[in-house]
This record gives sequence, C-alpha cells and structure tokens, in this order.
Amino acid sequence: MKFSGLILANLFRKKIRFLLTIGSFAVALFLFGVLAVVKVAFSQGIDVAGADRLVVINRVSIIQPLPLAYRDRILRIPGVQGITFDNWFGGVYQDERNFFPQFAIDVENQRKIFPEMELPDDQWQTFLKDRQGAIVGASTAERFHWKVGDRIPIRGTFIPGTWEFNLDGIYHGKRRGDDETQFWFQWNYLEERKPDRLKGQVGWYTVKLDSPDNSLRVSKAIDAEFSNSPYETHTDTEKAFAAGWVKQFGNIQFLIMSIGGVVFFTLLLVTGNTMAIAVRERTTELAVLKAVGYSDRFVLLFVLAESLVIAVIGGGLGLGLAKLFTLGGDPTRGLLPFFYLPGQAVIVGFFLTLAIGAASGLLPAIGAMRMRVVDALRRV
Amino acid sequence: MVRVDGHGGPASLIQARGLGKTYSRGGEQIHVLQALNLDVEQGEFVAFMGPSGSGKTTLLNLLGGLDVPSAGNITVAGDEITHMSRSKLTQWRARHVGFVFQMYNLIPVLTAFQNVELPLLLTSLSKTERSKHVEAALGMVGLSDRIHHYPRQLSGGQEQRVTIARAIVSDPTFLLCDEPTGDLDRKAADEIMELILRLVKEYKKTVLMVTHDPVVAQRADITLHLEKGVLVEADKPQGVAAGGVR
Repeated sequence: MKFSGLILANLFRKKIRFLLTIGSFAVALFLFGVLAVVKVAFSQGIDVAGADRLVVINRVSIIQPLPLAYRDRILRIPGVQGITFDNWFGGVYQDERNFFPQFAIDVENQRKIFPEMELPDDQWQTFLKDRQGAIVGASTAERFHWKVGDRIPIRGTFIPGTWEFNLDGIYHGKRRGDDETQFWFQWNYLEERKPDRLKGQVGWYTVKLDSPDNSLRVSKAIDAEFSNSPYETHTDTEKAFAAGWVKQFGNIQFLIMSIGGVVFFTLLLVTGNTMAIAVRERTTELAVLKAVGYSDRFVLLFVLAESLVIAVIGGGLGLGLAKLFTLGGDPTRGLLPFFYLPGQAVIVGFFLTLAIGAASGLLPAIGAMRMRVVDALRRV
Repeated sequence: MVRVDGHGGPASLIQARGLGKTYSRGGEQIHVLQALNLDVEQGEFVAFMGPSGSGKTTLLNLLGGLDVPSAGNITVAGDEITHMSRSKLTQWRARHVGFVFQMYNLIPVLTAFQNVELPLLLTSLSKTERSKHVEAALGMVGLSDRIHHYPRQLSGGQEQRVTIARAIVSDPTFLLCDEPTGDLDRKAADEIMELILRLVKEYKKTVLMVTHDPVVAQRADITLHLEKGVLVEADKPQGVAAGGVR
C-alpha cells in the first residue's frame, strides 16, 4: 500500500492521456457489455428451454398449420406425458411498433406444460370463465402500465377486426430468463372468429415428455406417425427449436465474437502504445528508482500495476455504463424481451480487462525491468 | 588517507584494486579505466577531475554498484561488490550509497517530501518513522519550509538540496556526487558545496564527487585527476591541511 501514492501520482502525470486511455477501456468494455446483452437477448430462450419438451410444427414451415386432431394421436405415443397447442395471433395494440407475442392457448393444458409461468389461482380461474379473458406477462404489463381488470383492444391482422380482451391475470416467470412478454387468450375465442378454412387447426404443439432421455425416440415417432400425410410434422426439442429460431437472424454468436475480437485487439494496440510512450518518457526516473535501491522486479510490477489500474478503472466504468444502459429496459420495445447484462458477462469482462491491461503493460514493463541504470542515465 | 598506489590499509572504507572498464564500440575496444587503484577512508571528501571521456562518471558508476568492472575488484565496508548479482547489488546500493546527480533527477509528480521518502519505502520503517527521517533530512538541507513543494516550484539549487536530502535520508555509507553543481549558478553552487562540506565535517560522511569545476574541486580534501583511464596524483589543493595522495 505504501507504493500506491507513487503509482497514482504517475497515473495523473498526463491527465488527458490518462483519461483518454481510461476512455478507451471504458468504450471497449461498454461495447462488450452491450454485445453480451444482445447475445443473451438472442440466446436466453435457448438457455431456459425445457429439456423435457418437444415442439411439433408443420414440416413445411411454422406458419403452416397442423390439424387439431393430431393432439390425441400424439398423446398415444409412448413417452408423451402431456400436450398443449398454440396459435400465433400477431395483433396490433394501438401502434405496430408496440410489438409483443400473442398466443391463443389451450387453457386446459397450458399450466401443466409450462409450470414455470406462475400466476395466482384466482386470476387463472377468472380467466377460465371469461371467454374474452387474457393473461399477460409481467414485463408487457409493466411496459403498457396494464393492471388486472383493464380492457385491452387489439387489432387483428390475419383475422381482421378489433378484438377486445379483459386482463384477468399477470404471470411471472420462475427463472430470470423466462419470457414475461407473452399475451395469452383462449384458443376457443380465436376459433369462434376464424374463417371456416382455418377452423380446427393449430399453429404448433408443445409436447411434455416423461423423461428427457426419450426426446429423440419420441421425436422420430411423432414425425413417423404423420409421414406421407397432407400435414407432415417436424419435431424437435424446445432447445433446438429456439436455437433454430435465433439462427434465422444470422450467426449472432460469430458476429459478436468478431466485433468483440476486433475491439479488444485494437484496445490492446492502443493501450500498449500508450504504456510504451509513458515508460519511455520516464526512463530516467525509473533509472533513479533503480539507483536508489528499487529492484528490477519492483520496476516491472510498478509499470504493470499502472497499466492494470488504468484497465480496472476504465473497464469498470465501461461495464457500469453497460449495466446502466440495460436498466432502461429493452430499447426495441419488445423485440428483445431478455435485455439484461448477465453476471457471467461482467466476470468475463473483468478478466478480459485485466488480461488486456497486463498484456498492454507487459512489454514496456519488461523493457523497464531490463533497463540498465547507467544506460538510462546516459540518455539524458 | 586517500591512496592511489594500491597500498591502502584495512582502514579503507572504499578499496578498488586493478580496476578496469572496457567498452566495445563498433568492434573497437575502448579502455576507459585501466588497472586503477583507490583507497578512501571514512569521512574523506574526494574530488575527481579530468577531461570529458576520461572515465570519471564510469568510475563513479563502478564504485556505486551501478556498473560492473571489466577487471579488478571493489570492496566497500568489507563487502566485495564486484561479483554480486544484479539484485544483491541493488540491495547493497539501497543500504550503502547515496546518489546526487547533476540534473537532480527528482520525480516531478512527487513533492519534495515524497521524493526524499522514496529510499525509505524500501525499508521496514513505519509511516511515522519515515516522516521523521524525511523531515530531518529536509531540515538538514534547509528546506523545512518547502516540504510539500513540487520540483517545478523549486529553484535549481533547492532541487539539488532535495536530491541531497534523498541521498542522505537512509544514512548511507558514502555519497556519490556526479557534477552536483554543474547545472547551478555560482551562488547556488557555493551553497551546495557548503552543504556537502557540512555533511563531511559535521556528520562524517564520505563523499566522492566528480566535477569539471576547479573551484568546486578545491573544496574537497583531495582532488584526483583521471587521464586516459588512470588516476593521476595531483598536487595537494590549497587550503587542505591534511591528507593527500601518496
């Protein structure tokens, strides 16, 4: 600790350079934090997807329907413990920018298949009795300042007209990553107003397995059951389904790694250069330190410590700003429902900061360590 | 008594025998010092003079453990320093040598107090003890009222006083002064020399000083001339009553 004054005094020697170097770290780590947030936003659905659930969609595409009659046939397949179905609604609340996912749900089985979505029983019972009832995730309710009892008009898209809903309940996810943006209403309500050509059809099935170990066997069995029919199926685990969904946006992971890699490499060059200049300017002073008895190892650690202090201050600032950025919530108004900086990213960011700080200071520090006092003093 | 004939007795604080230093430059061997002998006793004040390139600073660097000789050996207070490792030599310097440089070489971002405290940070002294030592050293050089001033807020003479305070704060065995007045005007140079003389006379410090200035050299007990890498006996400076070269 007695050397901290010496380190700090040197850091503030060139205030503008010190602030700019800290700024470089802060910008890089802020960007890292934001990239981590984006990665989570795209991958959280994959991370929390149930290992014991399968998703069955039309083999052609998810926008093609499946017959409701498949439900009982799927239920009879060994290994299937339960099943539910949904339809995508795609309505608009007030403005098209107010996007949130709306599903017509199978009220009998929804809670059995998705037990992680919790809401009070009395709200659920009210919902069951109310044909125009709706349940909404806490995040969407908060976003639009909805409360139980509110009347919510939604404009239909593929089934035109205004749909009036009564908000009967608000659900919360058990886990941090659970999707709290969904809007559910009774599938029967949708069925009543569907054109005849669409009646008796569902968007997809979600199948609950008796054991995750059976996922491959049951998937094959379901697809085999409906092969060569007008509505062939494609069955996958919920995790693979979520991953496939994300893939439609491109290789997010690769993009993030590429951008992050370039940013950190540039940061390494910039800070390495800055540290080299800073040490070069102080050659005589470092020589004097050695002359009065400071060891080569001390000088090495001294230069490294300066570099690390800059890195930690700048990196901490950047990660802090990234955290602040996420506190405002999803800036896309619903497209990224999981919008937070995960603790793991903060830890990784911190260690990256230390690594860059150490790497950028290492060469100048080694140079300072090896420097001979007489040579350094002769340069003056 | 200072001797350059290699016959100094066991009372010598600093003893150099057959000291040589050779540099290689462009394939050419340059013999800066050749078979040099020197004996200096405790409390003596020796000035080294000589033309540029004669090896004065090289000799000082060797005696101060900043450089290693190509030949010969150096013993200081019983420690043979020539074959010490780099890290041992660093520790030895911290205990035994106080350096005073021509360009002061203070750290500009530290106050006078902090600059003087630097050698003490390597010791096990407490903060309070360090403060006492630093204040005493700065008091000794007459800068008690400039303790919290930065080097840029001090005159050249005052900066050199801070350097001297830094050199004596850990009570080293001897002081090495490389042109301590070379960057000062005559008045400031006189003040610095008065200070060095006080350290020798009142505190019995051993001082080895390189200078180009004969007036400054006259203040030393003895002046030795370096010519072509060899210490040459000089006339006893006027005003020095005792000692001398044999």
